[in-house]
Amino acid sequence: MMMKHLKLNGVNGSLATLDGVKNAAAEEIVELHLGDGTSRTGRVVKIDGDEVNIQVFEGTRGMSMANTETVFTGRPMDIALSPEILGRVFDGLGRPIDGLGDVYPVEKRDVNGAPINPVSREYPRNFIQTGISSIDALATLIRGQKLPIFSGSGMKHNELAVQIVRQSSIADGDDFAIVFAAMGVKNDVAHYFRSSFEEANVMDRVVMLLNLANDPIVERIMTPRCALTIAEYLAFTLHKHVLVVLTDMTSYAEALREFSGSKGEIPGRKGFPGYLYSDLASLYERAGMIAGVEGSVTQIPILTMPNDDITHPIPDLTGYITEGQIVLDRDLDYKGIYPPVSVLPSLSRLMKDGIGEGYTRDDHSALANQLLATYAKVQDAKALASVIGEDELSAEDKLLMSFGRAFEAEFLNQSFTENRSIGETLDLGWSLLSMLPRNMLDRVDDAILDAHYVVGVQK
Amino acid sequence: MSENKIYGINGPVVTIQGETDLSMLETVFVGNSRLIGEVIGLKKDLTTIQVYEETTGLTVGEPIYSTGAPMQVALGPGLLGNIFDGIQRPLPAIEKKFGAFIGRGAQFFALDAEKKYDVTLCVQAGDRVSGGDVYATCPETSAVTHRVMIPPDKSGVIAEVRGNGQYTVNETVAVLKTDAGEEIPLTLVQHWAIRTPRPIKKRLPAVKPLITGQRVIDTVFPIAKGGAAAIPGGFGTGKTMTQHQLAKWCDADIIIYVGCGERGNEMTQVLQEFSELTDPRTGKPLLERTVLIANTSNMPVAAREASIYTGITLAEYYRDMGYHTALMADSTSRWAEALREISGRLEEMPADEGFPAYLPSRLSEFYERSGYVENLNGTDGSVTLIGAVSPQGSDFSEPVTQNTKRFTRCFWALDKSLAYARHYPAINWNLSYSEYIGDLSNWYRDAVSPDFMKYRDELCALLSEENSLMEIVKLIGADVLPDDQKLIIEIARVIRVGFLQQNAFHADDTFVPLEKQFKMMHVILHLYHRAKEVVARQVPISKLLATGLFDKLVKMKYDVPNNNLGLLDDYLQEIDTVMDGILR
Repeated sequence: MMMKHLKLNGVNGSLATLDGVKNAAAEEIVELHLGDGTSRTGRVVKIDGDEVNIQVFEGTRGMSMANTETVFTGRPMDIALSPEILGRVFDGLGRPIDGLGDVYPVEKRDVNGAPINPVSREYPRNFIQTGISSIDALATLIRGQKLPIFSGSGMKHNELAVQIVRQSSIADGDDFAIVFAAMGVKNDVAHYFRSSFEEANVMDRVVMLLNLANDPIVERIMTPRCALTIAEYLAFTLHKHVLVVLTDMTSYAEALREFSGSKGEIPGRKGFPGYLYSDLASLYERAGMIAGVEGSVTQIPILTMPNDDITHPIPDLTGYITEGQIVLDRDLDYKGIYPPVSVLPSLSRLMKDGIGEGYTRDDHSALANQLLATYAKVQDAKALASVIGEDELSAEDKLLMSFGRAFEAEFLNQSFTENRSIGETLDLGWSLLSMLPRNMLDRVDDAILDAHYVVGVQK
Repeated sequence: MSENKIYGINGPVVTIQGETDLSMLETVFVGNSRLIGEVIGLKKDLTTIQVYEETTGLTVGEPIYSTGAPMQVALGPGLLGNIFDGIQRPLPAIEKKFGAFIGRGAQFFALDAEKKYDVTLCVQAGDRVSGGDVYATCPETSAVTHRVMIPPDKSGVIAEVRGNGQYTVNETVAVLKTDAGEEIPLTLVQHWAIRTPRPIKKRLPAVKPLITGQRVIDTVFPIAKGGAAAIPGGFGTGKTMTQHQLAKWCDADIIIYVGCGERGNEMTQVLQEFSELTDPRTGKPLLERTVLIANTSNMPVAAREASIYTGITLAEYYRDMGYHTALMADSTSRWAEALREISGRLEEMPADEGFPAYLPSRLSEFYERSGYVENLNGTDGSVTLIGAVSPQGSDFSEPVTQNTKRFTRCFWALDKSLAYARHYPAINWNLSYSEYIGDLSNWYRDAVSPDFMKYRDELCALLSEENSLMEIVKLIGADVLPDDQKLIIEIARVIRVGFLQQNAFHADDTFVPLEKQFKMMHVILHLYHRAKEVVARQVPISKLLATGLFDKLVKMKYDVPNNNLGLLDDYLQEIDTVMDGILR
């Protein structure tokens, strides 16, 4: 039954209030017809008796209390899916904007998705070779993982994401697809991703959802949900290995905050709503694999840390949900090191089960441990050197300093097009460690050292 | 009776207008799809219900059905080895019904109603029984015998007993006649409201440690059986990893592992790993002594709030049988956030950082359900609580960490910089503490060695001395220190890397028996004492370091297998020989 309601009761930010509504359903989609003949889409967010709060996706500009007609559709937000969505470009709500017409739906799905039953999950173990040493060796990406990039404005997170996507998808042959969701990013950034996909000749395997910086904020809240619904469809119905790039999660969370504020909700830390954790989790947890089903959803969310502060609620809560993080560092970036991955705070939680014999190489975990432990000591030596001067350092600390420099220049640093195999990466790590005397490598047992310690490199 | 209808919907909170006959904390079914909910507020003209499932599509005017009972769990054989959501619905049954994605509005009986257990009756007709008495036993898994008890609030005379044999959980095995003359059939199942602690006879002092096989815990910051510990740490510091290690190796009889608002993949991992790993004490798969409760971060928030209580009720039930149980809650911060989220929807007045003012009292209620007790049936049992805390922004001054600290006596503070250096478990020895040391020292004296506590204190003193020396080193470098202080720094390195740090992926190092912990400590301190003697005679420390003894001790955790501890005595001898050689 389609009931039309004339007039509104109030408008506040992106929220419209309407009363006298019978039988409204939670999360139901409504259409709002304006006096000038245009129409907008909204979603029921709160019901109190016959009073209903509606979130208007395109914003409430130009809406008046008198001339708005509201139609309740009786269904939640859904999205049209078909194998033909590959290669298409949509707006933040999943409506085509590439001029190729509507998608003929094979299936429609609620964009909110449903949680994957932990019993049905397949524990991710397959290593994805990104060809980037710092990631492959020290924060290994696993198929079905959610591994965000914590960056800051002006750092090269977009380049890194493109390089990961390009180099990791090559190995997959025909079975891969990419879902790219832009939330509040600049037009140039969206263009950069698009032209990179075109250059890599993968555009026919990409689905793009664009909610750019000047697009309505409220749509932004739905963008990742649409993207992940598409990704789940491609992965678990069409059995592809899907890599989802979500950028920029900071804009998403800020949209959520703005919207929460207009609803008059009680704010938590830094004004973000108390449910930010649950909300982010409902997105990130949609990565994974299902036992007995071919296909996977791997997520690479990108977020810019406000003021490079990792304790800000957005990176903080993200880190608690995702399976590790890749943190970019401004000092390394200034030094011209690309990718500027700060390896100490970076981490991949699934790495421990996806590396080693049968996956990468038996010495991988020992090498990673030793590299990180040693590089942590380099930081101590650096701190000391900045106080007393490098000349005054002990012999051991001087060795550490030169190891640190070589590690940054040769291991972390690589070119945008360089695709190192895991074997090359690990061997490079061992040859760098071999600059140090054997007794300084206290995380590795002798058998592994015998096999990999390179004699003659030591300074 | 007036019919209850939905009036308002706000996320997981649903309201009913007008007076109702519902009672506080009663379980209700909401809407035509019968979603599970719980009454959390009663006013004259408004009843508030939190719904344990996603409310999308719920419509105003749909009916609300009362059940007349509070949220409760089914207790009986079939819990162990199973995995439940926050309100005790078995996830495998949900999978069977809905497939890989969790659907809504389904009710399940928590236990396997088809499975037959080999039941042995241990009462006879005419026996007088009261709450807690065991009337039947059955092997629940090959590792654990289930003792079926009279519910705590019932007593009377056994009127009838069926014979030993094969029964399903819902079949009557005996009949109880209460003093009021009511006949109650006794099956293998009883029900208990999750928010009510199960009664006990009395509390006993907690004087036995929970042995975990983790050196930094057992030796430095031990926890008692029946104690409560908090593991706070920012992301990536290894909270979950530590909880997994404890769940795998600690010497409790029963483990309840609650994944409260955490990652789905982690629960999958626990499920897989625990069915593959064997319990070193019984030789059976670890899963046979474990109950998993998984309410992952993307599952409904109200059920997350309940999951902690579901878990603790199961733990208490096994405690009542006379078992030592341990509950790992990962993470209590997510539970506190669920409280905050629901409190926000109720528009309650927020206290610290938006958390409700009743956060401290809820936390204390929860942690006080731990304890070493004498049960109603006279057996001893314990519930040990180990709660992970995920402080916002890794800042330990936030409300959940601070309030948890007040109600736990063990504080294992995880440290980011240790984790960055891949020093795991990243328990910071300067920030952590255990108040159980005094209570447990007699046990260590009698069961391990009279010297245990003395060595432990010396170890801690060295670490704390190193800590103050490092302040100087950070400013002017280690070179200027006198040799006896350099020695402290060197020996502290051996303690840190060789003792405190433990490799969870190493076959021998993942679990270390107390005897080995003690002997390792002995060897390290022996080296220190002898080296101190040598340094006092003006031998330069570089000469000591050149012996390679320090590096050798760092690796002894790998070099000495757990089943050949005699090797550690050779270390003592070698130290003596080398030192004597230097002095000669």
